[in-house]
Amino acid sequence: MTINFGNPDRPNSYIGKTVPRPNAGKLVQGRGRYVDDIVLPRMAHVVFVRSQLAHARIVSIDTEEARAVKGVLRIFTGPDLAEVCTPWVAVLEHLKGLKSPPEHPMAIDRAVWVGEPVVAVVATTRAAAEDAAALVDVDYDPLPVVTDTMTALDTDTPVIHPELGDNLAFRRLHEEGTVDDAMAGAHKVITTRFRTARHTGVTLEPRSILVDWNPAEGQMTAYHATQAPHMMQTVLATHLDIPEGRVRVICGDVGGSYGIKVHVYPDEVATAAIAKIMSRPVKFIADRLESFTTDIHARDHEIEASIAVDAGGKILAIDVDDWTGIGPYSVYPRTSAIEGNQVVNLCGGPYDFANYRARTSVVFQNKTPTCQYRAVGHPIAVAITEGLVDMAAAAIGMDPVEIRRRNMFADDAYPVTSPAKMRFEGLSHHASMDKLMELMDYDALRADQAEARKRGKHRGIGIASFIELTNPSPFMYGIGGARISAQDGCTVRMDPDGSVVALSGVTEQGQGTEAMLSQIVAESVGITPDKVRIITGDTQVTPYGGGTWASRGAGIGGEAALKAGRALRESILEVAAAMLQADQGALDIRDGEIVDADSGVARMPLHELGRIVYFRGDTLPKGLPRELVQTRHYITMDYPFAFTNGVQASYLEVDTDTGVVTLLKHWCVEDCGRIINPQLVDEQIRGGIVQGLGGALFEEIHYDEEGQLLNGSMADYLVPMAAEMPDMIIGHVETPTKESELGAKGAGEAGTAGAPAAVMNAINDALRPLGAQVTEMPFTPERILRALGTITD
Amino acid sequence: MTDMFRDKIDISLSVNGEPVEARVPAGQHLIDFLRLDQSLTGAHASCEHGVCGACTIRVDGQAVRGCLMLAAQADGADVWTIEGLTDRAEITDLQDAFVARNALQCGFCTPGMLVAAEDLLSRNSQPSREEIREHLSGNYCRCTGYEAIVDAVELVARSRAKGGTA
Amino acid sequence: MKASAGGYARAQDVRHALDLLAQSDGQGRILAGGQSLVAAMNMRLSTGDMLVDISRIAELSGITVAGDRLRIGALTRHVEVGGDPLVAEHAPLLTQAVQFIAHAAIRNRGTIGGALAHADPAAEFPACALALGATIHVQGPDGSRDIAVEDFFEDVFTTAIEDGEILTALSVPLAEPTEAQVLEEVARRSGDYALAGVCLVRRASGHRLSLFSVGSVPVLATATMAALDAGDLDGAVAALATEIDPPSDTQASAAYRRHLASVLLRRAVARIGDQRT
Repeated sequence: MTINFGNPDRPNSYIGKTVPRPNAGKLVQGRGRYVDDIVLPRMAHVVFVRSQLAHARIVSIDTEEARAVKGVLRIFTGPDLAEVCTPWVAVLEHLKGLKSPPEHPMAIDRAVWVGEPVVAVVATTRAAAEDAAALVDVDYDPLPVVTDTMTALDTDTPVIHPELGDNLAFRRLHEEGTVDDAMAGAHKVITTRFRTARHTGVTLEPRSILVDWNPAEGQMTAYHATQAPHMMQTVLATHLDIPEGRVRVICGDVGGSYGIKVHVYPDEVATAAIAKIMSRPVKFIADRLESFTTDIHARDHEIEASIAVDAGGKILAIDVDDWTGIGPYSVYPRTSAIEGNQVVNLCGGPYDFANYRARTSVVFQNKTPTCQYRAVGHPIAVAITEGLVDMAAAAIGMDPVEIRRRNMFADDAYPVTSPAKMRFEGLSHHASMDKLMELMDYDALRADQAEARKRGKHRGIGIASFIELTNPSPFMYGIGGARISAQDGCTVRMDPDGSVVALSGVTEQGQGTEAMLSQIVAESVGITPDKVRIITGDTQVTPYGGGTWASRGAGIGGEAALKAGRALRESILEVAAAMLQADQGALDIRDGEIVDADSGVARMPLHELGRIVYFRGDTLPKGLPRELVQTRHYITMDYPFAFTNGVQASYLEVDTDTGVVTLLKHWCVEDCGRIINPQLVDEQIRGGIVQGLGGALFEEIHYDEEGQLLNGSMADYLVPMAAEMPDMIIGHVETPTKESELGAKGAGEAGTAGAPAAVMNAINDALRPLGAQVTEMPFTPERILRALGTITD
Repeated sequence: MTDMFRDKIDISLSVNGEPVEARVPAGQHLIDFLRLDQSLTGAHASCEHGVCGACTIRVDGQAVRGCLMLAAQADGADVWTIEGLTDRAEITDLQDAFVARNALQCGFCTPGMLVAAEDLLSRNSQPSREEIREHLSGNYCRCTGYEAIVDAVELVARSRAKGGTA
Repeated sequence: MKASAGGYARAQDVRHALDLLAQSDGQGRILAGGQSLVAAMNMRLSTGDMLVDISRIAELSGITVAGDRLRIGALTRHVEVGGDPLVAEHAPLLTQAVQFIAHAAIRNRGTIGGALAHADPAAEFPACALALGATIHVQGPDGSRDIAVEDFFEDVFTTAIEDGEILTALSVPLAEPTEAQVLEEVARRSGDYALAGVCLVRRASGHRLSLFSVGSVPVLATATMAALDAGDLDGAVAALATEIDPPSDTQASAAYRRHLASVLLRRAVARIGDQRT
């Protein structure tokens, strides 16, 4: 049986429809259950004393005064925890040459970034623990600090980890064709520098973990705001020396993740270690300052890049030299080399060209560690590529849409392999661009821009085509030795009342996983979505899976659910055929009823079948299989990743007196393959766009030369708020992946991938008549005025 | 410490229409009191310095930052949280509109966002999209990109103007 | 983080508040709307304070016209200032300012007296008070005294209020029939502290121009005012550059703030021109 997706009136046609999220109702009533909402008997709170220096030897730690604070239970240092917790090394074998030193849950004798945990204070309340933490006296001996990325490898720069030899964590050079020759013979070559600022995720729910250790059962239970419960199960078991089967990770409601909550954080492992030592529940909730200094950062890149084109706008070559500073450690277990690696993989992505060279240099520095954050590497690669393409278009006097049309892979060219050696199964750059032109009425917008210019208003239109990596296979992490599951599973069970419970290894972070799964299970079994109950985020209950990352939930978790639901349907029909003395192939399940497949005539409701199976099984034939529960797992095999594509456009106005950018409107046409729930996809795109707009206009972590983070509060690190954000028009082209029956690819990161480039190009479109150009994000009012030459000192 | 300053303060207030008497630490903010002492976990502590709006609740008829008001200051106050507003079905239309429009994803900002939205609609029954965006600017949402929230609030304003359920 | 207060007491009236302050061994902190103080406490920037909660003192709230002055009680909340018809008529600069101050929930609790006493150089109300030529009324153990606003702001978060005193009200002269008052500012996002802002008042006696977010205190730009009085806008812009010494921080450099101040001055002057017609 296959699903006739082309027929919206097919029975049980829930895939492709907007269906409300089953778990949204509780959240609007304040009945969510986030980690901080959970209170366990004898629960203690841990607060961390963190290094206030970016690099220092720990001379001594005096906890005497702190111990005297009422409510304090225990105080731990790094060496205390090292006795029960082994360190980790965040490298992956397939990232050749990646190196990183062992990292402990708390600093042992040296702190290497401002915010690194040094002492843990456990008390009966968070307030008491904070009072005591303020009294812990750590004597530091300052060491030389490395902050600048571009000079980190200079011979006179101190080496942060002398045992590693230098500050280079990872370097990769990819070369395809003959870049230098192509550049030499090109009609135009444009070279420019780009800079993307250090970001962090600013999840509204801070990182949160509550760990209980029950020595009587030898069981650890971690209530964790995480994207990858099974991965965390492995990590806690491995480093705390507990059998994996004796660690249960429960992930209830999570207040925003965006990649921030898929990593292993030293303070969270420390919390588990402390719970094990103290044999009681210990809760750690990061406060907002801790969030800024210890949630992973990302996107701190400096790039020099060139593009060569011929007179007709054909791209001849792209050359990229990317540098990024990742802090003092590669982050476990995904590593901090992936983002730079993605820049190499993704630059030039939409375009059919021959000569490509890209190098990434990933260096250590004394700042907060960086790692994967929504749209890993994409916003950087898209900004480089689309910025270069626009500059090339301007240099030869070509419309930016036209130059893209002349270079994008033809929609019928697939499968193709890109110059970066990425394999594309099927993309729709031209159809997407056509749709975008129609949605935004490009010509009318250009006319409006010209009219505005006559009135002294500087408006700009920016276009950004992009590709997005989704549905990762083990080629992303597993082949490098990480126990990060690329496959995922779903167990589907029918209960006596005819309702279905589906347990999935992918998790809900708010993106709508439960709704998406309920639709797929409903359609594949033949019931209404409200009869499906989804269970996620519990390693003791759900099939083993990878969780939420790299836009994999729908494409991989969804396909597993489809297969499991299909299998359950067959199990149900086998029983029904026996009960009804009918041919199994002549029966179907529709809206919770066994029906004749041809006529649609109802034969028996599922709750009747359930009654017989569970309470009057004696009436069924002996030997009839009656397992109304089925599990299926799914893994992608044909391609390492399912690439998606899309194109965004920004229309904005630049106040050339103040430098303030006003976003007028934004468009995105996106092709994520089969759309399971249009509303959820649209809102993923919108939310993603706004995170990208934050990077384009507002977000930037500042450090001083001593490695002190200067803007670690929500008042100082600016994320988008409602007033400045535009309305966004979203359109779709659907090119389902042929690898799965569902045909779904990911949609969670497309918005973030393309938005910054679209804004950059729009600003530069507005500024071009004034001879100015910006390439350093965020595009603050000041940077715009400096580009204009208005301020120079 | 003098006799007149206390580090624990007795307060008597109304929370979601129910009388509450408690003794609170001098420095405890109202959200911690509601979450830790009253088990009202609907409002969330996120930034704890008044920027993000996740702790927005209603005190004496007005939307306030729960993290910027001490519990001690709530003596005699009439406090409503998302739980109470839900129980008395005061914002059901807003809640339904948020669900229907998917104006929430992770839901962490949502209780505060709803209180802020109701605060706007109670002052301005027909706000423009710009006014909605402006009013909700004190409430961070990192998931939705805000447009769905603006849509939902706009829809409820129109619906109420037509005599729809409030 | 969690605040760590030394103690809390609720004042019944001004006398009681003064007594509490007197008995606080120098640790007393006035708690009014709390929108800055509680935030600072929650970040443990301020610990061990003996909090004197004056927020229930009715006599400190309210807006009245007394003779030729508009008097605004210290506990009058931003939202009340913003919606008050007397303020709109007699000190429209304050009405304009309110929409720029943070967000609705903050404006519901924050008080004008608190904003003045906090003396944040990036805040709107202190600069408004300066442009309007306000008088700050304080009460202490020895009675009340009036402070000219020009003498009030001494440094970042520092005012002429002495230990043991409480700010009770401010008063401003009633706007003349032909008086014009405008506020211009640029912030990164709505409700953020301004990168720079100007308050411009044009009276029969001349212009008054104050700036915020350009130094350690709100600045009264007297040379610029003189140039404006002389009708010399370019001269005013030139003078302004010499009268401010803005800070650099993560949001903007001193050079940007200096430039922005000149842009805002020109915009304010243009708007005042519009008000003339």
